[in-house]
Amino acid sequence: MSANKKQFVYGKSLDNAFLAVYDAYVFFIRFFREIFRGRMEFQEIVRQCYAIGNRSLLLISLTGFITGMVFTKQSRPSLSEFGATSWLPSLVAIAIVRALAPLVTALISAGKIGSSIGAELGSMRVTEQIDAMEVSAVNPFKFLVVTRVVACTIAIPVLMFYCSLVSLLGAFLNVTLNEGTSFIAFFENAFEQITFLDIWTSVAKAIAYGFTIGIVGSYQGYNASKGTEGVGKAANSAVVTSMFLIFIEEVIIVQVSNYFRI
Amino acid sequence: MEEEFKPGEPVIEVRDLYKSFGDLHVLQGVDLTVTKGENMVVLGRSGTGKSVLIKIMVGLLKQDRGDCIVLGKEVSKQEGNDLRDLRLKIGFSFQNSALYDSMTVRENLEFPLVRNIPNLTRAEINEQVEYVLDAVGLLQTINQVPAELSGGQRKRIGIARTLILKPEIMLYDEPTAGLDPITCLEINELINEVKEKYQTTSIIITHDLTCARETGDRIAMLLDGKFLKTGTFEEVFDTDEERIKSFYDYNFIQ
Repeated sequence: MSANKKQFVYGKSLDNAFLAVYDAYVFFIRFFREIFRGRMEFQEIVRQCYAIGNRSLLLISLTGFITGMVFTKQSRPSLSEFGATSWLPSLVAIAIVRALAPLVTALISAGKIGSSIGAELGSMRVTEQIDAMEVSAVNPFKFLVVTRVVACTIAIPVLMFYCSLVSLLGAFLNVTLNEGTSFIAFFENAFEQITFLDIWTSVAKAIAYGFTIGIVGSYQGYNASKGTEGVGKAANSAVVTSMFLIFIEEVIIVQVSNYFRI
Repeated sequence: MEEEFKPGEPVIEVRDLYKSFGDLHVLQGVDLTVTKGENMVVLGRSGTGKSVLIKIMVGLLKQDRGDCIVLGKEVSKQEGNDLRDLRLKIGFSFQNSALYDSMTVRENLEFPLVRNIPNLTRAEINEQVEYVLDAVGLLQTINQVPAELSGGQRKRIGIARTLILKPEIMLYDEPTAGLDPITCLEINELINEVKEKYQTTSIIITHDLTCARETGDRIAMLLDGKFLKTGTFEEVFDTDEERIKSFYDYNFIQ
């Protein structure tokens, strides 16, 4: 038997799954180690923030607006059954601020930004650009990974606020067309029920989602292999894994915020 | 204190080096010594581990067994700032050039410079970038992006990017691969010019015999994971060894 023949502890797939989790853990820890070491690439962080905003602004505007409008339209029949259509702005605002805006922003960003980070770093890995940085005594992890993760963590909360605003505008359009409510009356009513806890929870969610999208996209891209096939796989895994983690985080953050709400 | 090497003293020493990828045994007891100021060509067919050997020298890969000593330091034992300091003295020219395709030529060259030599003024950065670009004869491409360059130009810019840090050792991975014969000759000339101008010690990985003859002071023939023969071009190919003869014949028939 060959000396290099691999011996598996629990079987090939289970061992590989454990190894993948361990690799991800090491990558995660390395991010926190590198962020405080050496000089920060502020210029690259700003460039990445701009790229993230630029890439997803139009899509977030459209989806946010449509989400607000459709949610309002779908909620009206139930409320009008109880003669409570005047509650529509508050209901929609709570739904948008607490859940819809963070989730819509995160899911759009996971698809648009996560995949692009995965593909970009994956392509840099397979074309040896990351190796080129390493051999020229530049820390590629700091320049490529730390900057992208920090930029996502900053930019996605900003996009989330923007998405909330656009969704509320969508909701307002629907309400004003049906009930003739004025702009001021709509927003006064909408913000009446929004608390600081709601806003802070949304910000916490957006920060968590932004970090997740950045770190997952970077992890998949940075560890890509097997040529162009690996680049596609990295982009795809970045989206799927981010979305999966975003929903898990949503459940956890909602549970924690409800604890404070009571 | 930094060790000073005189011409003729060994700056790269590889002893009994082994490297495998799973069941694929790439290097099986490789020995090689390269002295200061020398151009050593590592010749061999594709997939014989030539690139693996120089990647071990720069710390991109770790050997399974054996020693790889570069500028007096065992590469596999270098970490953090020590590895960084060692890498600053080694230039690595990649087979596919590995230019940062989101940056212009100027930004590609500035990238390692400003990160390794902080506090340079804008004028000093411009001066150094223009100097190395002029050295490789491509000053006019300064504002172009890699996608706008030809294969030969990309190779030259890749070499310029390593030269900007004034390395003591240059490692060229297949410098003429995929280029037309005239561009190959230009790259060979450039390798020799770099040696003269920057006083570098070089290892040139290739399977191109013309490149080997034009650039190599000595040639090491890598076959089946080991160096079969080392010497001048004439010494290596003046042989009855069937595998070396067939490599020679095939290359020149090609």
